Amino acid sequence: MHSTLAIEASGLVKTFGSVRAVDGVDLAVRSGSVYGVLGPNGAGKTTTIRMLATLLRPDSGSARVLGHDIVDEANAVRGLVSLTGQLASVDEDLTGRENLVLIGRLLGLKRPHAKARAGELLDAFGLSDAAGRLVKNYSGGMRRRLDIAASIVVTPELMFLDEPTTGLDPRSRNQVWDIIRTFAAGGTTILLCTQYLDEADQLADGIAVIDHGKVIAEGTPGQLKASVGSGALHVRLLDPEQRPEAERVLARELGGVHLEPDPAALSASCADADRAAEAIAELARSSVGIADFSLGQPSLDEVFLALTGHPAEEEPSDEEFDADEEQAA
Amino acid sequence: MSTPPRTRTRPTPAAEEAALRKALSSTPRPPRASARSAAMTFGWRGMLKVKHVPEQLLDVTITPVMFVLMFTYLFGGAIAGSTGEYLDYILPGVLVMSVLFTTVYSGIALNTDLTKGVVDRFRSLPIWRPSPLVGALLGDSVRYLVAGTVIIVLGVILGFRPSGGVGGVVAALALVIVFAFGLSWVFTTVGLLMRSPNAVMNAGFMGIFPLTFLSNVFVEPETLPSALEAFVNANPISVLANASRGLMEGDVSGGDIAISLATAAALTAVFAPLTTRLYRSRA
Repeated sequence: MHSTLAIEASGLVKTFGSVRAVDGVDLAVRSGSVYGVLGPNGAGKTTTIRMLATLLRPDSGSARVLGHDIVDEANAVRGLVSLTGQLASVDEDLTGRENLVLIGRLLGLKRPHAKARAGELLDAFGLSDAAGRLVKNYSGGMRRRLDIAASIVVTPELMFLDEPTTGLDPRSRNQVWDIIRTFAAGGTTILLCTQYLDEADQLADGIAVIDHGKVIAEGTPGQLKASVGSGALHVRLLDPEQRPEAERVLARELGGVHLEPDPAALSASCADADRAAEAIAELARSSVGIADFSLGQPSLDEVFLALTGHPAEEEPSDEEFDADEEQAA
Repeated sequence: MSTPPRTRTRPTPAAEEAALRKALSSTPRPPRASARSAAMTFGWRGMLKVKHVPEQLLDVTITPVMFVLMFTYLFGGAIAGSTGEYLDYILPGVLVMSVLFTTVYSGIALNTDLTKGVVDRFRSLPIWRPSPLVGALLGDSVRYLVAGTVIIVLGVILGFRPSGGVGGVVAALALVIVFAFGLSWVFTTVGLLMRSPNAVMNAGFMGIFPLTFLSNVFVEPETLPSALEAFVNANPISVLANASRGLMEGDVSGGDIAISLATAAALTAVFAPLTTRLYRSRA
């Protein structure tokens, strides 16, 4: 019997050299939910997922996945979960079909069953035409779909998805989102690491925001956005010289003005399309030339600014942690 | 940094979604793969790679072919009096060299693997932990077989007619492959310690090249200065080459075979656990 929590982690710590990649992470993920772990590169997302998927042993703290301890019962955990890593976890030197047969065989399917299963998955993921091609010739989106297909060769109870859409074009990203939604609707528990608030918002029931190895905020997407301010009007000017004038207007109309790194761009807090339209009209009346504008959700940067008072930093990337780890090994 | 306006995704066509849902739920977990089955599956993976990129066998076959031709016809007369006589001497030696050079590629392949995400998947599967390594080396044994066979066929074409007959040649090839299996654990260890496949290649050949040349593969040790002769005679590659020659000529010393097998066993005993440990802790 599993408890109703699919993942319970408390005080997870992982240090690489002098870097505390994960510094006391607590997580509680309900069975059957999609849980987003949101943070910039190097925040400790990948390291956390790798500990939970039993690829890394925590330095301290403990976690149970589907009722099994990730250290003492690692093999039991491996028998219930699947991992889609940040680098596509497929073998580029084999064909798509061979990849799926390989995983099927390793999971204990008999050869004919593994072959039939590979065919079924290739069909379901729209990869039949490419089945006999080497994966190194796949597009990023195809590779990701194959990767996810490999994760469900046998039905997992819990899926770890580490940045499943990073580097994908918008169309492929939407396809991956649709796949994740379908799985979620089918009741699979999913732990999703992402850098995009948008992605977490679209897919997750609950979100933990992680920074410098610590969970700094937790809640539903709605709660999180409410705590941050629900959105922003982004404006890019024809003439950067006019930015002070635009800043004055937007501060008066909307408030919460933020100057972007682009000298012609700025944003202001705004949730409401009508008020945004008024503000744009006011800019036009003040003869401020507008190149383009959009009403968007807060970016990760803005979430971080609101939650931590500093923008999302990208100093040590997860790759660098890996390098540290190699030195330690 | 601005966020693009939110794009609504088009709804998945119902059929596609149903196929996905069915694909997700249709396969309950079977009993776990046995250690043997997992290792064999990884061996199959290794062979598929050779099938898809057969060129990778070129470097390991062309070099020894060049050595056989060059040494036989260029130096054969000078070293052994006649090219025919020298061929009898050099061929079993080059067989050893050719197969042992191939072992370096086991380390390179492992290192290349580690730079890819697929290792993460393997490590997240409920399989016997060393199976990716054991399987890869089993697959590599097929390469050793190919490399060895090329040399033997070439030798026969050039007029090599060993008195040990087919049985002797097969036995020699088998012995060399067993030895190579042991030696390849050294290079998988190197493969896990180095940062790039190129570094593995350089380190590997820096070790194996001098060790092969400072053996009796190409010249009789009696012609060497005494300190060097002592080294050459103690070199396990010399012992293996002697055993290989003996088997092919039908006049083998049991001691050479025993020492070669013992060396392979010792290398495996030391480096296989080391490789497994490094594989587990890295990445």
